[in-house]
Amino acid sequence: MPALVRVLALKTLWVAVVFLGITVISFGVIHLAPGSPTDLQTTLNPYATAETRARLEKIYGLDRPLHVQYLDWLSRLARFDFGKSLSGDNRAVWDKIRERLPLTIGMNVVSLILTLSIAIPIGVIAANKQDGLFDRATTVLVFIGFAMPGFWLALLLMLAFGIHWPILPISGMTSLDFARFTPLEKAVDLIRHLAMPIFIYTFGSLAGMSRFMRSSMLEVLRQDYILTARAKGLPERAVIFKHALRNALLPVITILGLSLPGLIGGSVIIESIYALPGLGQLFYQAVMARDYPLIMGNLVLGAILTLAGNLLADVGYALADPRVRMGGRDDD
Amino acid sequence: MTSPGRLGHFFGRYGMFAAGLLLVGVMSLGALFAPLLTPHDPTRLDVDAILAPPSLEHPMGTDALGRDVMARLLYGGRVSLWVGFVAVGLAVAIGLMLGLVSGYFGGLVDEAVMRGVDVMLCFPSFFLILAVIAFLEPSLVNIMVVIGLTSWMGVARLVRAETLTLRRREFVLASRLAGSGTTHILFHHILPNAVAPVLVSATLGVAGAILVESSLSFLGLGVQPPTPSWGNMLMEGKDVLEIAPWLSIFPGMAILLTVLGYNLLGESLRDILDPRLRR
Repeated sequence: MPALVRVLALKTLWVAVVFLGITVISFGVIHLAPGSPTDLQTTLNPYATAETRARLEKIYGLDRPLHVQYLDWLSRLARFDFGKSLSGDNRAVWDKIRERLPLTIGMNVVSLILTLSIAIPIGVIAANKQDGLFDRATTVLVFIGFAMPGFWLALLLMLAFGIHWPILPISGMTSLDFARFTPLEKAVDLIRHLAMPIFIYTFGSLAGMSRFMRSSMLEVLRQDYILTARAKGLPERAVIFKHALRNALLPVITILGLSLPGLIGGSVIIESIYALPGLGQLFYQAVMARDYPLIMGNLVLGAILTLAGNLLADVGYALADPRVRMGGRDDD
Repeated sequence: MTSPGRLGHFFGRYGMFAAGLLLVGVMSLGALFAPLLTPHDPTRLDVDAILAPPSLEHPMGTDALGRDVMARLLYGGRVSLWVGFVAVGLAVAIGLMLGLVSGYFGGLVDEAVMRGVDVMLCFPSFFLILAVIAFLEPSLVNIMVVIGLTSWMGVARLVRAETLTLRRREFVLASRLAGSGTTHILFHHILPNAVAPVLVSATLGVAGAILVESSLSFLGLGVQPPTPSWGNMLMEGKDVLEIAPWLSIFPGMAILLTVLGYNLLGESLRDILDPRLRR
């Protein structure tokens, strides 16, 4: 399909442009905002003079014009060099990010799988018996799910399962004596620590996903080919699962890609509540210390994940749906 | 995204609207008339009543400094109201302008605006909001502005789509033939027709803005103590969760009910205002 290849090439080019746009805006906003990474070492230190401050800024390269700093940062990024953290440890930003990636990504992937495996059946059943008891009950749950602040759910769960019935640990990723555990005990320990946060992520995305699945299914069930399938006497089971569900799943691919940025944003709060050493917590610390390279590293990662999600959604959609020739624009 | 479908079946379209209106009304009136509803001052310390459980005197108990939780809850509602309305107002103003210009003039202008929308939609926006607020010093004004500046894209797309279809309609052409200027056409003929979808989007936007503000305050990056906001009340409640759960239960309930109210209102308005969804 040369047409598809050309379209994908254009799409990739566009993604690169958006990526540049995001980095320019983030870099500008973060560097122009008041305050500086040198504040911690100068304003808070009575012996620091204006010269000390100037010297520190020179060391960090903050005394150069903004566009020079940006181009320098960008050219190093092109060589996959995120720079060094400005906080005391002076470590490479990528090393700091890499050691925290598995926890955040892992939790989000697990919750995504859980969400899909619960939301798809809910959506299908609700759409199949529209306005039935199940549909109404899940509608109420969906509204509560949309309105529930994740951090409040976290407090309620801690209250219930950490304090009232103390069956789950309420903080950290592992127990203190984790190192002495057998592999099986380690797995159980990890699951017990991550159960509440993963439940919260899942609950948060369940409402949107099941609602989306339901409306997608309703849309498909109204199509003529469903009528045809029923008219030719196919059993209802075959109509629902073979004809309707397959088509109704297509838009879900798109929504999966688009939900990525929300997942990363949500991890800041949940990881700070449960004291989990993931990306969200790292970002929070970076912001508090005005650690420019570390903040930019996180934003770049967030942007890459988001854009990759969008691109994958487009590709997945194109591969799954022969009707999509992607000639048109998707926003009108 | 396609329309979430006819969500109104549980209460019926108008029942849902009424429920939303009731929730939003009660929460708003509570915030507006806070001084009449509680004899307590939300920032007054009382060392004799530290962490007192709910009682007749303090229906929702007191916090670690002996302040009345119900008073703080009522006054805290003002923060949510302000953030919701100002942030969304700003977002709607930006979105309307850009959407109108983009849809009406088309061509390069349209291309530029819509690509800008794409870039903004790809932003890990909560990350950016967090960073900007932390840098600018957390304050109510900063939060409202930053939320507004990062949430205008939906409205811009909606208004653009409406403008695109409206600008070719006969009444617009007739107006132009009669010698109307562009501004007149945009504000007298196109804008009024785009009000309905914008209203729906704005109502749902208020709910979103309230959630973002409370998240920021919960992280300590929002409204600063001693001014009460539901988010910072929950942050303070977290530290004494074990001995004073009422500090964590009531403010969260307030957020849930308020956001639920605006969502019910928005979804039912969508059903009521969009004749295409009627049967």
